[in-house]
Amino acid sequence: MELLRFATAGSVDDGKSTLIGRLLYDTKSILEDQLAAVERTSKARGDEYVNLALLLDGLKAEREQGITIDVAYRYFATAKRKFIIADTPGHLQYTRNMVTGASTADLALILVDARKGVLEQTRRHAFIASLLRVPHLVLCINKMDLVNFDQAVFDGIREEFRKFSMKLDVADLTFIPISALGGDNVVSRSDKMPWYEGPTLLHHLENVHIASDRNLIHVRFPVQSVIRPMSAKYHDYRAYAGQVLGGVLRPDDEVMVLPSGFTTRIRDLELAGKRLTEAFPPMSVNVSLAEELDISRGDMICRPGNPPLVGQDLDAMVCWLSESTALQPGARLAIKHTTRSARAMIKQLHYRLDVNTLHRDEQSAQLKLNEIGRVTLRTTVPLFFDEYRRNRHTGSFILIDEATNATVGAGMINGSAV
Amino acid sequence: MSHPLDVPGVTGEEGWRGCREAVLAYRSVSYELSHLEALEAESIFIIREVVAELDRPVLLFSGGKDSAVMLHLAVKAFAPAPLPFPLMHVDTGHNFPEVIQYRDARVAELGARLIVASVQEAIDAGRVAEEKGPRASRNRAQTVPLLEAIEKHQFNAVFGGARRDEEKARAKERVFSFRDEFGQWDPKNQRPELWSLYNARHRRGEHLRVFPLSNWTELDIWQYIDQERVALPSIYFSHRREVFRRDGMLMAWSPFLQMLPGEEVTTAEVRFRTVGDMTCTACVESTATTVEQVITEIRASRVTERGASRADDKFSETAMEDRKREGYF
Repeated sequence: MELLRFATAGSVDDGKSTLIGRLLYDTKSILEDQLAAVERTSKARGDEYVNLALLLDGLKAEREQGITIDVAYRYFATAKRKFIIADTPGHLQYTRNMVTGASTADLALILVDARKGVLEQTRRHAFIASLLRVPHLVLCINKMDLVNFDQAVFDGIREEFRKFSMKLDVADLTFIPISALGGDNVVSRSDKMPWYEGPTLLHHLENVHIASDRNLIHVRFPVQSVIRPMSAKYHDYRAYAGQVLGGVLRPDDEVMVLPSGFTTRIRDLELAGKRLTEAFPPMSVNVSLAEELDISRGDMICRPGNPPLVGQDLDAMVCWLSESTALQPGARLAIKHTTRSARAMIKQLHYRLDVNTLHRDEQSAQLKLNEIGRVTLRTTVPLFFDEYRRNRHTGSFILIDEATNATVGAGMINGSAV
Repeated sequence: MSHPLDVPGVTGEEGWRGCREAVLAYRSVSYELSHLEALEAESIFIIREVVAELDRPVLLFSGGKDSAVMLHLAVKAFAPAPLPFPLMHVDTGHNFPEVIQYRDARVAELGARLIVASVQEAIDAGRVAEEKGPRASRNRAQTVPLLEAIEKHQFNAVFGGARRDEEKARAKERVFSFRDEFGQWDPKNQRPELWSLYNARHRRGEHLRVFPLSNWTELDIWQYIDQERVALPSIYFSHRREVFRRDGMLMAWSPFLQMLPGEEVTTAEVRFRTVGDMTCTACVESTATTVEQVITEIRASRVTERGASRADDKFSETAMEDRKREGYF
């Protein structure tokens, strides 16, 4: 059984909570005591119907204000796949939350109200999904029941969105007409839309091909730590612990270690005594090498003919996540990239991007909360990175405010800055 | 209009796609991991990240199934080197003897160091007021000795076995969850967590709670226990026990629980879905004696594990959030 992570975006009005509630309920992932608790609370609040949003909104403040504050993670499974939903709220901090949810997602699900069509927030969500390189995008045209299940409405929205999405880089785009309230085309096929020949939402989630979304070409193995038992029994044992972020490693493969540039061969791949014939993303393994080299945390193991970019000057898109500060040229921050930590200075802010219009504001002097812009930055030590479009793991970084230790920025690398 | 990531001079996308397709065609069997393998890889990465970035970690080990799986993953993460941190049990004094036995056997087997933070000692010393009455529980009282032990040993990372699917406040919890100098959790002011880039920074006196099992569900845990043959305390499997009904739940009779008028002790075939303090952990009727049979029962269950077995979450809709804010697990 495979694991699929997807992010949902939309506001309460789009019926997102109803849709998630429907997916969970129809796959028997909501259990009786959870439903009973929601019923009790709904009744106490005087809601007219059982408010499935209460199932999702867990914090006191969320229940009091009737809004979702933070990304919430939900889990369900079918016979085919296990699903992790990163449910991102549409109201507060939408960009910060959606960037967070999308960063680990295989698929983004965006809801559109059939009566309203493509709105500003639809475009915004689609843009963020494409910026974060979520490989699969699903547009659910919801509330089809309120437009008499009319094919013309669906076709119109699809065409309008298609036109817009040409500006984005969306590899795989799917449109599904649904009614979350009635369950049409969510888990089971609707008999009210015979004109729709595509899959139901759940069928699509179960079958969308995600295995080749990973980078299996460029070997990237950032060293997390060195495992040296210091015991008589394992006197000679020395291995590098880490998670494979790209490519396929096999024993006897020739590898290069950065920053030293030395080459050697993989002697052994294993985890907890179990030998492996190959290791690929996202496996966590121990790699031992034929020769003893000076290797420590933050170093990178790759193939000699296929190294990552190496450098201290990066060109990147940054989403600013902090309420209390802004990103400005000259700012010094801590940076975490793969297993490497360093300091970074923002050299230049090229433009701020309007996430609604995609307009580039080159006059902008800073990035505030939820704003996205293109920057160049210089790091105190060289990083071993790839363009984000090639590898989401070696192409991403976070920025940390050294005074408060807060995570204040999320970065996606365009390439080396010259 | 071009894509914002389309940067002049950074091209070669065509060649890259072609190369990728060729290799994928060559290897028609795709490199797929099962959901358990993917979860294991993520958890091991998290545990290793903590040890690489924080110098004083500790792993909370209650002897329950989640902490048993977390410990198993931690051992795998560093093997063949020994576990690079101690274990800690917050002991309410109201334990199932089978669980303490299991705890001690596991600690001895690994040659690990166990720190016991005692609720009884904290009560005796007057640092915690004991709840009174038939529904009294020491569950909430655990927070005080937990925070005291963290301070005393200067731990800056505390591994917990909590899962996001357990409870709605936990669904909003980070993997690396920051705690201030009072051990408090501020759910409205959490650090954004992106990709697998975890921020472990903190000042002296502050610490991080780390939850390597965040993305696991109850069923994942049991499937993994089955796959890896993880040993568990015997009370997770069907056994005969003296029990009584309270609030729709089946409570184990023990000297720590005062009976209410009308409550009657009977004997039943039961097992536990969760293991905690004897005063607030209930059992379910079951004939499952193997992991496989437990999995079959869980698949058919229409009630969550906390709903079936935790009296402590029934006080209010936000009981867990309230406890967590104070520094609870």
